[in-house]
Amino acid sequence: MSESGTVSVEDVRRVAELASLELTAEVESRMLRDLNAILGYVSQLNELDTSAVPPMAQVSEVIGDAQTPTVLRADEVVPCLDRSVVMSGAPETDGVFFKVPKVIER
Amino acid sequence: MTVETTEIKPLSIDDIRASIESGTSRATAIAESYFEQIQSRDPQIHSYLSVNRERAFERAARIDDLAAKGEPLPVLAGVPVGIKDVLTIEGLQATAGSRILEGYRAPYTATSVQKLEAAGAITLGKLNCDEFAMGSSNENSAYGAVHNPHALDRVPGGSSGGSAAAVAGGMAVATLGTDTGGSIRQPASFCGVVGILPTYGRVSRYGLIAFASSLDRVGPFTANVKDAATVLGVIAGHDPMDATSSPLPVPDYTADLDKGVSGLRLGVPAEYFAEGLDAEVRAAIERSIDQLRAAGAIIKPISLPHTRYAVPTYYLIATAEASANLARFDGVRYGFRAKDANTLSAMYRKSRDLGFGAEVKRRIMLGTYALSAGYYDAYYKKAQQVRRLLTDDFLKAFAEVDAILTPTAPTPAFKLGEKSDDPLSMYLADIYTVTASLAGICGLSVPCGQSAEGLPIGLQVLGKHFDEAMILRVAQAVERLN
Repeated sequence: MSESGTVSVEDVRRVAELASLELTAEVESRMLRDLNAILGYVSQLNELDTSAVPPMAQVSEVIGDAQTPTVLRADEVVPCLDRSVVMSGAPETDGVFFKVPKVIER
Repeated sequence: MTVETTEIKPLSIDDIRASIESGTSRATAIAESYFEQIQSRDPQIHSYLSVNRERAFERAARIDDLAAKGEPLPVLAGVPVGIKDVLTIEGLQATAGSRILEGYRAPYTATSVQKLEAAGAITLGKLNCDEFAMGSSNENSAYGAVHNPHALDRVPGGSSGGSAAAVAGGMAVATLGTDTGGSIRQPASFCGVVGILPTYGRVSRYGLIAFASSLDRVGPFTANVKDAATVLGVIAGHDPMDATSSPLPVPDYTADLDKGVSGLRLGVPAEYFAEGLDAEVRAAIERSIDQLRAAGAIIKPISLPHTRYAVPTYYLIATAEASANLARFDGVRYGFRAKDANTLSAMYRKSRDLGFGAEVKRRIMLGTYALSAGYYDAYYKKAQQVRRLLTDDFLKAFAEVDAILTPTAPTPAFKLGEKSDDPLSMYLADIYTVTASLAGICGLSVPCGQSAEGLPIGLQVLGKHFDEAMILRVAQAVERLN
């Protein structure tokens, strides 16, 4: 973690591209300011030595076995949502497939 | 600008069921009176995003039929409820407070809602919230802010602001909200109602539009502790549709409510009474603690030493998970699609740019950054390690105490617009609630007093994993003593 929040405008653009977000110039400069402020603030986590601490991804890691969910349900065939119901929520569909603009750009 | 909270004393779940059972009232008449209250009150509050009269009356009529035949009524028979618009109901809108889901109708019903309705509850409509449950003031809703029923120029809290305000404004007897970092407890505190954060895994997340999956929880808002216990008992339980849902049996949460606090060991963590705590909030919490001590509780000073790291830890983990969860909103399968895009990638970007609000974009950006190559260990993994330290603090404390008492929020409800330009100061509104979210323990907020201006103040009671019965018992004592 960098000691000071030092996100550059290039970082903002790279991350926006990774996140499939289009940022206007105005939003971009606000984002730069906000990300630097927030990352500056979170850098206080560096005060803690966590080299021997295993990461905790899920609450189930810290509760007793009897309380831990059985992760997988029985592998049984059950009906799923009807295709027409699912397709009815899509912006553009031919009833079988979701339709999108052309994928190959060049 | 303080206004009278509720014109009528709110009905309790037991009142409603008894009145329908005895024939002194009908579920349809009760639903009608709540729709009237929504019509007269909600133009100022804006807690509902949609109401569904026809569906509600059809269900209420079924309850009236049962009563007419003298058949036993289910536990929530005729109880008018509202549902935060991040939970799905088949055929109804589910906006998540976002433009990107405008017009979307859900193809299935959330388990928590299905259980409520199976117990006889009458859903009146869907409730306003911060976009994708991201916010602490409800000002991030794409459909307009919610106003606090106690003071219209103040926020109701967030992100479940509509859920808290609807109960406080007498526009539902119970509502469902969701809590990822405090989104049930903080608005409950701001609106003077009871709100429960159940243990992670206690209530199914199936049908909840995901924000941060390792933190998201569904829980109830009600006007009193007993109703909260009743609703929690209905919605809790194992669900094969949620792989993180616990198989533990659900106890009767109302059974031990009146056992009192005599002999209970209640911890008070010094870290929650440090700088930044409003003087009136402190006074109300301390008065409540004194009352519990007088009632026989053993008050023990405790320490949760990593507390100050909770907000930064929370904002890294929650945003990282959010950036992954919100990748599904891309204009392909549901919701909004930008019109003027000629290629797939441009369509994704434009749809997300126009569909998401500023705070959602900020969190997606922060989360994407924290997960991106070269930064993963420094941010996301680091936060997961500190999450364990924070959780260990609680596990150690609960070896010595039965429950923990803290303020729910550092201040009473703040003014609309007061923090909306400063994300960091807004994040600090969650300083006392994010800890329990990260640890997965249960918690609740119960009203314990008012500021001089008449703004509600909430006491947070935190409990061990799956020990909801204990925190409800403590809350019941707080409610009685207040």
